[in-house]
Amino acid sequence: MDLNTVWFIIVTILFIGFFFLEGFDYGVGMLLPFLGKDDDERRAIINSIGPVWDGNEVWMITAGGALFASFPNVYATLFSGFYLALVLMLVALILRGVAFEFRGKRESKNWRLLWDWAIFTGSLLPALLWGVAVANLMRGFAIKQDMNYYGGLLPLLNPYALLGGLVFVSLFTMHGANFLTRKVSDAIAERAKRVAFTSWIVATGLTVAFMAWTFFATDILTKPGINGLIPALLAAGSLLVTGWLIRTRKSGWAFITGSLTVVFATIMVFTGLYPRILVSSLDPAWSLTIVNAASSLYTLKVMTIVAAIFVPIVLAYQIWSYWIFRKRVEAKPENLTY
Amino acid sequence: MDPVTLSRLQFAVTTIYHFFLVPLTLGLSILVAIFESRYVATGNETYKRLAKFWGKIFLINFAAGVVTGIVQEFHFGLNWSGYARFMGDIFGAPLAIEALLAFYLESTFIGLWIFGWDKLSKNVHLAAAWLVAIGSNISALWILIANSFMQNPVGYAIENGRAVMTNFFALITNPNLPYQFSHVLAAGITTAGFIVLGFSAWHLLRKNGGDVVFFQKAFRWAAVYALIGIVMVGLVGDAHGKFLARTQPMKICAAEAIWEDEQPADLVLVAGIDQKGEDNTFEIRIPKALSFLLYSNFTGGIKGLQYWQAEDVAKYGPGNYIPSVTLSFWSFRIMVGAGLLMALLAFLALVKPRIKFLDKSQLFLELLLPGMALPYLASTAGWVLTESTRQPWIVYGLQKVQDAVSPNVTTGDVLFSLILFFVLLGALVTVTGWLMYKSGISEPEAEKVIE
Repeated sequence: MDLNTVWFIIVTILFIGFFFLEGFDYGVGMLLPFLGKDDDERRAIINSIGPVWDGNEVWMITAGGALFASFPNVYATLFSGFYLALVLMLVALILRGVAFEFRGKRESKNWRLLWDWAIFTGSLLPALLWGVAVANLMRGFAIKQDMNYYGGLLPLLNPYALLGGLVFVSLFTMHGANFLTRKVSDAIAERAKRVAFTSWIVATGLTVAFMAWTFFATDILTKPGINGLIPALLAAGSLLVTGWLIRTRKSGWAFITGSLTVVFATIMVFTGLYPRILVSSLDPAWSLTIVNAASSLYTLKVMTIVAAIFVPIVLAYQIWSYWIFRKRVEAKPENLTY
Repeated sequence: MDPVTLSRLQFAVTTIYHFFLVPLTLGLSILVAIFESRYVATGNETYKRLAKFWGKIFLINFAAGVVTGIVQEFHFGLNWSGYARFMGDIFGAPLAIEALLAFYLESTFIGLWIFGWDKLSKNVHLAAAWLVAIGSNISALWILIANSFMQNPVGYAIENGRAVMTNFFALITNPNLPYQFSHVLAAGITTAGFIVLGFSAWHLLRKNGGDVVFFQKAFRWAAVYALIGIVMVGLVGDAHGKFLARTQPMKICAAEAIWEDEQPADLVLVAGIDQKGEDNTFEIRIPKALSFLLYSNFTGGIKGLQYWQAEDVAKYGPGNYIPSVTLSFWSFRIMVGAGLLMALLAFLALVKPRIKFLDKSQLFLELLLPGMALPYLASTAGWVLTESTRQPWIVYGLQKVQDAVSPNVTTGDVLFSLILFFVLLGALVTVTGWLMYKSGISEPEAEKVIE
């Protein structure tokens, strides 16, 4: 296999890790103001992701860094093209990031409420915007011959992309609810279970609509050779099973199949794109591919060695940290770390 | 204003905000780990309380440092896509490695450190503290590997209109790097020393007692720490200056306002700078002092800005290659001035217990309160100095700033984001400072009789 394809796969894996891990983080963040009825409950919800959210977010940063290192033209086109959307997302992530740390530093009720909503907005907006971005990647956007996109924000907020955004929001809400069901106790877990099912219904409805639209408006599922059809079917299958598992209160399994939905959906996007990464809607020849967007062979080699050594190490200690914090968080003041 | 100027301004603003937070993270992470090491080694609970008390300030600062850092990572694509395309083959690698080696490490183990006090054994918890410190400092190392390339390109070739990496080993052993990294590391140690000194002084000044023993201990540790830091900053800075005189002479000339060739070279202590007329309107000089600083003799000569301008025109074609001398000259003086003051304060803090009148002096402790601002002043000035003297280049000799900007990002776009970042990050840094202040003046956790 050529190194360009290897790096396409590594980038795919990083995005899988990002959407799987940050998916439930965003979900938990979006559910925080609704599932936590008092301060202890909200602290318990935050602490369910407290020790790990920062490490989870690094998956996004590493995905960005890996894109820069392996496909610098993609990094350049994507980030400059989606400028305003990304700026908004950064603002959201800034607020969310400090909220976790700042919230507990004052006793005041308004102070904490402020940061609760910062966490909510800081989770909702990135989820929505990543959905919008991914949908635009799937359908392609007006990349010109010089590899730049000059269209600004508005064409990116088309109905198809907005639907993609809603799919992300609803899926991540379900994912977060499933996570909470396993990670907090008693009353909150009970509420999370109910939300999981409601959000499953919404997510399924939106996903069906989005996939139908995808079938007609893009070549993700239909292009000859490698395409996203099989992972799409697997994602659909796991989503359906998730609903049944939530209904029959097998919450651990529901979290696993819900995670598989996110994983397969991400694989669908990337296999559907391959060997392109950014599709030009103006002229197929202007698309950015794993060849014309890539770094030199030498850089790819260096990065492959680095990744081969360090990705397993990172995975090992991150998994270990999840193991350390495997217990449910109880909403009792004496057990809560602020 | 055009997108180039605005993008530069935005990068400067966000970098300065970010670098307001970074040095303390670098230095305090190590100090907290040292305190915890003492606790594990001696079993003395006071050290655990010291680690926790200063750890709280560290965490507030760390959170803000992380989020301002995310902005930086995306900036190269957002506003500088020309740079990302031209330089990505080289620049992307250290950035990705930084994420892989450093960000994962610090962010995972910081979670374990905060939430792991009763879930991990003492030794494992201590290891977490050190891994956070190592992670933060490795992060500084890799971003400075990237930055060193921009200052002093090595191990590359130009192919099909872009720079490609030809020697990864050359990239990470850039001769500029040891100076830059140890300078930043030492600045971090100094910053942490002065923050701990300042808050300890605040507590020791209180009329109604408080935990005097606790803050005296903190004070003594911080005095040593700050002095080690500032001495290292000075030594490295001096060596770096000598190195730059050979590799980036334009930088030294701009920082010292040397327009014409001099031999031997005087040190221009203060000057009125006339950038257009390429001259100083007035000067206070110390004869031969610059020869001594740069070459350790009193005869060494230096070619002035006018010479390097002519040389660069011959090398790179017509254009203005002289950076803003006012900016670099004065930021250099602010940095060095603040550094000398810190060296004096740190030395006095160290000898304080041995000198009676100093030990009783309220004034000295009071001086350490505004003293907390000095490392910030110095780091900001230092950063302005090193980046402004790189102008007009984004990568020295390879790409100019004006060619690096995103062609598809409009003035309106950048104006919007600039104002947004300026206000938001400004508020963020303010709140961070306020929370650190609240945390710094709070009582440390009471001593527990039984653990």
